[in-house]
Amino acid sequence: MGWLAALSLAVATPLAAAPQRVVSMNLCADQLAMLLAGDGQLISVSDLAQDPRISAMAETAAGYPVNHGRAEEIYLLRPDLVIAGQFTSGPAVQMLRRLGIRVEILPPAESIAAIRQEITRMGGLLGREEAAADLIAEFDRGLASLGRDRRRGRAALYYANGMTSGRNTLAGTILDAAGYENIAGDYGIAMTAGLPLELVVMAQPDRLITGAKWPGQSRSEAILDHPALKKLTPETAEVADRDWVCGTPFILRAIEALQ
Amino acid sequence: MRALFAMLTMLVAVLFAMSLLTGPAGFGLFDGLRALVLGGEGPMPIVMREIRLPRALLGLAVGAGLGLTGAAMQGYLRNPLAEPGLIGVSCMAALGAVLAIQTGLSLGSALALPFSALIGAAMGAALLVALAGPRGGSVTLILAGIAISALANAGTALVLNLSPNPYAANEIVFWLMGSLADRSMLHVGLALPPMALGAMLIQGTCRDLDALTLGESAAAAMGVSPATLRWRLVVGVALIVGPATAVAGVIGFVGLVVPHILRPWVGARPSALVPASALGGAALVLAADIAVRLILPGRDLKLGVLTAIVGAPLFLHLIWKTRSGGRM
Repeated sequence: MGWLAALSLAVATPLAAAPQRVVSMNLCADQLAMLLAGDGQLISVSDLAQDPRISAMAETAAGYPVNHGRAEEIYLLRPDLVIAGQFTSGPAVQMLRRLGIRVEILPPAESIAAIRQEITRMGGLLGREEAAADLIAEFDRGLASLGRDRRRGRAALYYANGMTSGRNTLAGTILDAAGYENIAGDYGIAMTAGLPLELVVMAQPDRLITGAKWPGQSRSEAILDHPALKKLTPETAEVADRDWVCGTPFILRAIEALQ
Repeated sequence: MRALFAMLTMLVAVLFAMSLLTGPAGFGLFDGLRALVLGGEGPMPIVMREIRLPRALLGLAVGAGLGLTGAAMQGYLRNPLAEPGLIGVSCMAALGAVLAIQTGLSLGSALALPFSALIGAAMGAALLVALAGPRGGSVTLILAGIAISALANAGTALVLNLSPNPYAANEIVFWLMGSLADRSMLHVGLALPPMALGAMLIQGTCRDLDALTLGESAAAAMGVSPATLRWRLVVGVALIVGPATAVAGVIGFVGLVVPHILRPWVGARPSALVPASALGGAALVLAADIAVRLILPGRDLKLGVLTAIVGAPLFLHLIWKTRSGGRM
């Protein structure tokens, strides 16, 4: 899909040179763009990219001017390419397009194959195909060195408000790559959905992976401290959220941490 | 009357057992009870003891507390519209609880949560009693209640919106509608002792409330001290509604519906109505909590949704009756 999109784009605008003023409006696109862009090509990333809790490249992003996803500020940056996420503010994207700015949408990558496509697509958008090919090769080497043959038992992903993620999500992909069987599969959950605490206990996972806690207090997160979960699995791993948020090569760190 | 109490006790016992046996992890009646009592290996005892038992216990206690405070406040204010959820006492308790959670006080000491909610409830009840008093009519009571709840709910929403936590703002719904999902024995331990103390305090005022039905001067002639009665009632209501709201959110209409249904059966005497309403409230909340698990098993349907569906029509009926009765 990503290949096709990149190809059709290349066919549609064969003479267009690589964009020189690129703005990214989405946390995941920010990271891929920072990994692939040439010097001075990327002029702004989203403000979330600098948040160390959710951005795997917060230190790098600190060197870029940020935008807050508002059409006005992005227009004033005079970009020749804007990269947005699927869930980026619709009105802002529409307004930018009305103003004649090229906006490309990058859907979230939920599987390893999708991550490869995404890197290729980003490389195509930025005119940095070689850098993209290198990044994919590096990613593949990392994946190959993980030792994915060993099964390590059953694991449960459990987040605030009693949500869990199944195999068709990025977190499910990470769990699978690390050699765990996801208990969400027992209950036919493939995407992210609510799972009652009782059913988590009944599935008897060997390992429990919970979402990272946010500052401040909330009742939604209190479920992660429930005594029933403590009794169930003494060994828990807190999700290092920043490596789990986006479909980028950084998921290798999340997979390694689980192993 | 003895038959009524026996029936209500039976009903509460049956609903309590049903609550223990209702849940997404379906297992048989016998297996469940054995895991609950005898424990053993595997996940079943954890589900029964750590998840379902606290839920059922809290349903019992919160329902009993709300029924009891509703009956006692109606007896004192001599107004059938007095209900902790409607007149702002529960909302003030929720504000207290939210403040304790968001300021991090509840992290320092677990007791800060019920205590802060208790202070909120006490302020709400005291304000209400001061504004509406025993002589205040329905209009004063309802207006005072609306003002207090509006202010408390706005405060709760403001505090949750200011929180740096991304989940906090969504929890406004919990504080307004109440839920017993995923509570633990920790919450039971925090809420039950003060609630029991409050119930004892209020039970002790029943004789005075009986005397008050004859009118204030008659009650005073019988040796009832209005100041002491008021003080005991406010403290008792705060001790019950505060901790109950801190763990289960605001569950409305229980204190309105239950005394209203039971009043004809006990001859409108507060000394009988208060304990009967405690049993009736427990039955109503347990039943509502079973229903939310059966209607939408995968989601956390709020308890207050069900109690409001039952309670709001009755509330309208009461308003209609007081209007035509000329008590305004």
